[in-house]
Amino acid sequence: MEKFGFTISKGRQIDYESNNRWIAEYIYEREPSFRLCIECGGCAATCTTGNLTKFSLRELHILIKRGENDQVRQNIRKCMLCGKCTLVCPRGVNTRNIVVLVKQAFNKSDDYAI
Amino acid sequence: MRKHVVVIGGGVAGLESAGCLSKAGFDVSILEKEDQTGGHLNDWYKLFPDRRNSSEVKEYLNGITLNNRIELLTNTTIKKLNRNKTHFSIITDKGKELIADAVIVATGFDLFKSARKEEYGYGIYDNVITSADLEKMFRKGEISLKSGNTPKTIGIVHCVGSRDEKVGNFYCSKLCCVTAVKQAIEIREHLPESKVFCFYMDMRMGGAYYEELYREAQEKWGVNFIRGKVSEAGEAIDHKLVIKVEDTLAGRPLKMELDMLVLMAGMEMSEGGKKIAGLSGLNTGENRFFAATDHHYGSNRSNINGVFYAGTCTAPMNITETISHARAAVSEVTDYLREGSK
Repeated sequence: MEKFGFTISKGRQIDYESNNRWIAEYIYEREPSFRLCIECGGCAATCTTGNLTKFSLRELHILIKRGENDQVRQNIRKCMLCGKCTLVCPRGVNTRNIVVLVKQAFNKSDDYAI
Repeated sequence: MRKHVVVIGGGVAGLESAGCLSKAGFDVSILEKEDQTGGHLNDWYKLFPDRRNSSEVKEYLNGITLNNRIELLTNTTIKKLNRNKTHFSIITDKGKELIADAVIVATGFDLFKSARKEEYGYGIYDNVITSADLEKMFRKGEISLKSGNTPKTIGIVHCVGSRDEKVGNFYCSKLCCVTAVKQAIEIREHLPESKVFCFYMDMRMGGAYYEELYREAQEKWGVNFIRGKVSEAGEAIDHKLVIKVEDTLAGRPLKMELDMLVLMAGMEMSEGGKKIAGLSGLNTGENRFFAATDHHYGSNRSNINGVFYAGTCTAPMNITETISHARAAVSEVTDYLREGSK
């Protein structure tokens, strides 16, 4: 059969039911301040990585909470753990520890190890 | 015998409650630490949301002290506040003793001291000012940079000292958002050539006609709203200010050069209020404001029988709410003294 190059693209929707939010659960348990984020973006504004590459800790927070783990996995290694985000955060979220925990969580799973 | 009520504080709440007490037939004394009454109202230009001149409200409040039999003691602070069996004894810093049947505490609020948010550079960079400084400029009719030049791009930072655990204030001061919108409009009115940018975390337009004012700011005045908390301000070599923020809706960090940065200072428990809490044993809450005994039906009542609260010494409030709260305090005093005289 002639191939016309058509494919079915993956939907853009966040499929809340299908997504697995185990990383969020992993963090909530160990760093309860993770719940306090109000998405103000203070962390991302001050972030050196974010100013040079496509990286926003604020965006990662929400992606973790929605279970969009692939995107998180691709980006989390960019963080240099300098901790400026933690100094800025008006909600007292231990943002730096959250990055550490995300990496830890991925490394616990063979499929996701980074 | 006529009952005597002492009102501590001669701002909006203090004046309104003193006027109502006097109308209800009580003898009233107001203690005011400054040399004139009116409190913060003296510093404001126009009021949100209708932008009437603040002097109109001041005139109304001043009418209270002129028209009624009210003793006004200015430049006066309190050294002691004690409850004897049936009376209160208040000793002023000048050694005068007042005997009162009931007390209304109306010590108001202080503006957050913006220099505490060092990363915004207030007191470091010339053209970082506060919302209160801007009101003064409006009153003078001249918005200018330290150099004397007229600013072309002006940024407004919301939530300075509010919703910020780094300065120990978890609460929302609730009026800075609408103040920002009001001031943005006024900047555009004074300087039609200017561009104004508001940097906000959430727009909290929770008052009558606030949302309408926000809409007017967009529609009529072209004010720009960018959702993101400014993380820091710096100064370039040409004295332009450079701010860093994440444009959270675009999902990208944003830097912007501005001529002037206006910090929306939040509201805090006043220093005077803290002092009175310390010397009287009145309870304060986690937010350091006076703690009323019931949040829903006892917002004027204190832990000391016969002492009542009026206005922003209990929480951030606008003028409308402050006046209502002051009237409610008078109703509590009336009940209390009627019961007491039985």
